[in-house]
Amino acid sequence: MEQAIKIDTDNQQENSAAIKIEKKITAAIDIKNTTKVYGENTASAMVALDEVSLTINDNEFFTLLGPSGCGKTTLLRLIAGFEQPTKGEIMLFGSHLEGLPPHKRSVNTVFQQYSLFPHMTVAQNIAFGLEMLGKSKGEVNRSVSEVLALVQMEHLAQRKTDQLSGGQQQRVALARALAPHPKVLLLDEPLSALDFKLRKEMQIELKRLQNETGITFIFVTHDQEEALTMSDRIAVLQDGHIMQVGTPHEIYNHPTRRFVADFIGDINILEGELIDKDKTHGKVKLACGIEVEASLPAQSENLNKKVSVAVRPEQLSIGQVNEAGHLTGVISNLIYFGSGSHIDVTFDNGERVTVRQQSNNNGKQDFLINDAVSICFSADSFQILTD
Amino acid sequence: MTDLTVNNQTLSSSVQTQEQRQQKVRRLLLAPSLITILIIGVLPLSVVLVYSFLEPGAFGGVKWNFSTNAYVQLFFEADIFDGSLSFTTAYLEIFWRSISLAVMATLGCVLVGFPTAYFIATQPPERRNIFLFLITIPFWTNLLIRTYAMLLILRDEGVINIGLQNIGIIDQAIPLLYTEFAVSLGLIYSFLPFMVLPIYSSMEKFDFRLLEAGFDLYANRLKVLWRIIIPIAKPGIAAGCILVFIPSLGAYITPEVLGGGKSMMIGNLIYSQFGAARNWPFGAAIALILMAVVLISLMVYMRRTGDKGGLSHG
Ligand SMILES: Nc1ncnc2c1ncn2[C@@H]1O[C@H](COP(=O)(O)OP(=O)(O)OP(=O)(O)O)[C@@H](O)[C@H]1O
Ligand SMILES: [Mg+2]
Repeated sequence: MEQAIKIDTDNQQENSAAIKIEKKITAAIDIKNTTKVYGENTASAMVALDEVSLTINDNEFFTLLGPSGCGKTTLLRLIAGFEQPTKGEIMLFGSHLEGLPPHKRSVNTVFQQYSLFPHMTVAQNIAFGLEMLGKSKGEVNRSVSEVLALVQMEHLAQRKTDQLSGGQQQRVALARALAPHPKVLLLDEPLSALDFKLRKEMQIELKRLQNETGITFIFVTHDQEEALTMSDRIAVLQDGHIMQVGTPHEIYNHPTRRFVADFIGDINILEGELIDKDKTHGKVKLACGIEVEASLPAQSENLNKKVSVAVRPEQLSIGQVNEAGHLTGVISNLIYFGSGSHIDVTFDNGERVTVRQQSNNNGKQDFLINDAVSICFSADSFQILTD
Repeated sequence: MTDLTVNNQTLSSSVQTQEQRQQKVRRLLLAPSLITILIIGVLPLSVVLVYSFLEPGAFGGVKWNFSTNAYVQLFFEADIFDGSLSFTTAYLEIFWRSISLAVMATLGCVLVGFPTAYFIATQPPERRNIFLFLITIPFWTNLLIRTYAMLLILRDEGVINIGLQNIGIIDQAIPLLYTEFAVSLGLIYSFLPFMVLPIYSSMEKFDFRLLEAGFDLYANRLKVLWRIIIPIAKPGIAAGCILVFIPSLGAYITPEVLGGGKSMMIGNLIYSQFGAARNWPFGAAIALILMAVVLISLMVYMRRTGDKGGLSHG
């Protein structure tokens, strides 16, 4: 099979039928134009997901990122089978999931509140899924000890689950969901109940588990930093819509929507006019004076003339006054934090940007409030946003 | 150095006397309840125990002669003419019927009470209280009255028979009254709240999201019921069973009203011994044996679940 896929991708141009087959094999989850309306035909109808299309690849650590109420849990529940889509379809490795009850889907969930069975020991919890699949006793025992070792919980196998710490419960929930070796593992904010240190530990742990098991993980979080550190790809959601899908690098450096730019990290957004564009880049005349090259978002056909461009504070730096072609302004605020400082620069037209300046080796403070400075930036720092 | 040890000694001895004093106070404070228990619990039981080893008086009461006749009588019948003993199952049958009717009633209560309690537990909190309130309504009326109401429903001219006849399902009245069925039904009706309430209290805090976890791990509805819901509700079910089984076993009114002569239970037997039969020692013996049956079955139950932590869980 592996071999065949390779050949197919090599001959992509000629053989479009083969590409389709290849795509079917490697897509773990394929969500097509899926809408979920809660309380349909009632006064309180609530559109939780609106025409969502998403493809999640096999063996991928995929993250759904978005603010509270944007529909992340709803999407997971649709995949797990706890909710039915109002419209659209979901495929698991090429087969339709429609009408399939949760217990017939080879998908397991790590619940946000863990939902461990309180009347069972750790080992019994982990064995549950395997037993339901009708595995033999020997097989169940073997898998249970394997998974216990994987999450380093062997010593607590006979404990009741209410005698475990939060982090330990977390591991049991993970082990329980991993034991039946599902095709896809759904994790609904599994780390949100843990304290900072444990959370960092579990992030590494989760990443390791995903690597070792090769199972596709769909991970939900509203913590952007967590999403950036852990994911192969991220989908950013807002109000039931997917705003952008991409690698952490793409999402961070080339946010294409205003919402995504705002949601992830610190960013400066400047207004300007699009005066020229080619396939990938546009020339923007910023309201604060100069012209810059900026990357275009994927759907750039119906861009207005008036556009917003985004630039990260760390892609800007402070230079000497009146360097040609650079932005000039006055330092209006300055926050020093050791390895660097955040410097706010206000332009003549009142717009303001934040610059993240690395500290100098000599340890002297180079700038003072009200200094007139210019701002330097490298090519490919600016990104044009759509709303 | 020596001073210190002396000090320590006096200290510890004063602590001891204080402890002793406290204990004395504790006993004194407990005395009223201990005395009450003695009077209402132990004393009557001792009377029953003593009476069961005496001879019956001709017109009720007892003759103060030691005799184990009451216990022998349970199993053996004395010939009227020569006094020779022959084995009889007459009383054992009544015991057996009582136990089986009590078991039936308990099972019936579980079958009806569990879904009811489960349903109430799934309701939003403000509605739960209304349902619990409804469950307790039968308690407001005297058991005798309620049992007569059952009689009116079950008899040949009762709601069920007339109703079925009117619809045309049956031509003749089915004899429902004065059957073991009527007695079980009456027992279920009388003791159902004792089943619903403890099961509800064990389900009250049930996290229904556990069901989703079960479905997610490939369990179908039946498996989820058996492996998740019932084990968690088990302490409540067990408590409910005890609370239904024991009063059912000793029931008097229900078999009296709904069972007629054919479905006599232990309660009725005991009553008749103290009443018409005028055999107080025999009545006392039966009562004690009934107690022993209950005690033994409880102990067997405790032993069995104690190992698995059944009752103590949750
Ligand atoms: N069972 C339901 N009935 C009605 N509305 C619902 C239901 N479940 C979710 N919603 C609504 O659908 C929207 C999306 O909910 P969802 O739980 O998917 O959000 P989320 O992204 O998981 O949020 P959070 O980060 O807070 O968990 C919310 O506005 C929520 O109020
Ligand atoms: Mg959620």
